[in-house]
Amino acid sequence: MADQPIIKDPEKEKRKIKSVSKMKEIMTTYYIEAKTARENGKKVAWITSGGPVEFLIAMDVIPVYPENHGAMVGASKMGVDLCEKAEEMGYSRDLCSYARVDISCSVTNGGPIGGLPKPDFLVCCNNICGTVLKWYEVAARYYDVPLFILDTPFIHTTFSESAKKYVITQTYEYIEFLEKQCGKKMDFNRMHQVSKLAVQSLRLWQEVLDTAAHKPAPMTAFDAFFHLALIVTLRGTQIAVDYYKQLRDEMNQRIKDGISMVPNEKYRLLWDNLPVWYRTKWLSDKFSSHNACLVGDTYTSAWSGIMDLIDEDNFIETGAVAYSSVYINVSLDIMLETLKKLIKKYDVDGLVMHSNRSCKPYSFGQYDLQKMVMKELKLPTLIIEADMVDARSFSESQIETRIDAFMETLKG
Amino acid sequence: MITAGIDIGSITAKAAILQDGNILGTQVNFTGYNSSQAGKNVIDDLVKEIGISVEDLDSVVSTGYGRNSVEFANKAITEITCHGAGAYFLNPDIRFIIDIGGQDSKVIRIDDAGRVVDFAMNDKCAAGTGRFLEVMARALEVDLDGFGDISLQGKVPAKISSICTVFAESEVISLISKGETRKNIIAGIHESVASRVSALAKRVGVVEPVMMTGGVAKNIGAVRALEAKLETTIQVSEYAQVNGAIGAAILAEKQVRLEVLRESNKI
Repeated sequence: MADQPIIKDPEKEKRKIKSVSKMKEIMTTYYIEAKTARENGKKVAWITSGGPVEFLIAMDVIPVYPENHGAMVGASKMGVDLCEKAEEMGYSRDLCSYARVDISCSVTNGGPIGGLPKPDFLVCCNNICGTVLKWYEVAARYYDVPLFILDTPFIHTTFSESAKKYVITQTYEYIEFLEKQCGKKMDFNRMHQVSKLAVQSLRLWQEVLDTAAHKPAPMTAFDAFFHLALIVTLRGTQIAVDYYKQLRDEMNQRIKDGISMVPNEKYRLLWDNLPVWYRTKWLSDKFSSHNACLVGDTYTSAWSGIMDLIDEDNFIETGAVAYSSVYINVSLDIMLETLKKLIKKYDVDGLVMHSNRSCKPYSFGQYDLQKMVMKELKLPTLIIEADMVDARSFSESQIETRIDAFMETLKG
Repeated sequence: MITAGIDIGSITAKAAILQDGNILGTQVNFTGYNSSQAGKNVIDDLVKEIGISVEDLDSVVSTGYGRNSVEFANKAITEITCHGAGAYFLNPDIRFIIDIGGQDSKVIRIDDAGRVVDFAMNDKCAAGTGRFLEVMARALEVDLDGFGDISLQGKVPAKISSICTVFAESEVISLISKGETRKNIIAGIHESVASRVSALAKRVGVVEPVMMTGGVAKNIGAVRALEAKLETTIQVSEYAQVNGAIGAAILAEKQVRLEVLRESNKI
């Protein structure tokens, strides 16, 4: 048996995205660099996924993302074990599973990469949730390192002038904090270059996502979940720009060659909330079996959703406002407007919402959003209850029944 | 044309056989641990009772949690679609269905053609389901069949605040020790089920007339409590428990007609 060559299904091979190997290579290099930073005389900062990383890049600090790490733990199906360890330490099961697995990894050096490199300092921006404040305070105490908090006010209707002033002032404080931690002055020319690269990579990322508006879609939201990593971790670098150019070109070539990700795409769906990291394959296969393709999502487009608010020549001031305006730091009415645009752009037949036990700001209000979407757009919607990392919150047969029933209603 | 529907639930396995829009017979067995075998047994029992053989069935549709384990079924369709089709068959005026089974409760809104417009199911919790009532009846040492009737005698329903089956059981035990009457406790239990399910129903939006299906529809206390919560009358068919199986048999018939149409188009 061992001598027999593995016969690959040419149909499946054709649909595989070639850039994946490049992406894996970049991420491996990135984590090796982060883990060997100290040996190479570089500083490491932990930062929240929605935080302004550009300043760190400009200061030559290696940014590390506990949330990205949490996603890796989830995708490696190591979430339950690590969540349980955190619970043994006394953390509530109701706490975000990213926070639980991260805290757990800090203590045990567990997880797929044996824990994250120790931080020299921490940067926490609360534009994505309130949990990060306490989570980073815990990390600051555990590692005994300084913590910078960037507080972004929630946007109910518009972003007031005083709120703008408030976040811009903090951005200057952020620069001062970095200068103190790194023992050098900010090079504003370098910062300008990084800003340009950041905006460029955001635009390219959006172009990648936009290719799925094509019928049939050359990629799905499940692919976007995977390829998102660079826009989170290496935004503001040439690496991200080059990679997304390559990926965009590959997607456009797939369109030209008529290669779709779902073989018989018939139903187009939009996904809301974070992925169910440990079940992306199962969910992808499940939807595919109904000839349904998740063509877009609110999550991966959250990063590029704010790019039009950024003026790369005045990143310090416009960036602060843009970072405050991310998808989950705004009211339901503003979220609905974004949803409507996505529904129109990708021309979808339905909306699938993941009520994510971990992510309260993302999941709170989903039932209202669902009602608004059904009422205003008459679009069928489905809510499935799960968790992004903690597989104990995923009930396969219940979710299967919901998806099957939803697809039956779509098929009529 | 003779078609069958098999509904494998968490507690019971149901079967229905239809011939040209008439119910030939229905059957309810316990599911047990082997849902595949339960599917075979329930259909074998029913064909024997009707006096036909399995070979006489033109098509079989399976539904319920064990739908994918019925190997001889021509197709598996979810219980949402089947309960919609079953209720529409029993009364085409029905627009809203509340189905409470052994381990889940669901609400389904259908249109004037019997198609599902929207639905919602309970989350990962047994509160508000048949299993919840079963556990409570056992805790109170009352026969499940008479559970609903007793609840109607409770004048001041006791407040069951816990939403968890396990905690509600201990709450019931503490109510007993406080001297609360059994009738009031049982009425309170039915109210708590009604609260859970009515919240689900309101989320989807209740459209009258409403029908209740599933095993719990046999419990008059649950039906009355839900009527009070939703401020509407609820129809309950004698076929409530086998409604999903009937719907599956209806859809099996549709399936055959569709195939015939497809075949003839090919010619």
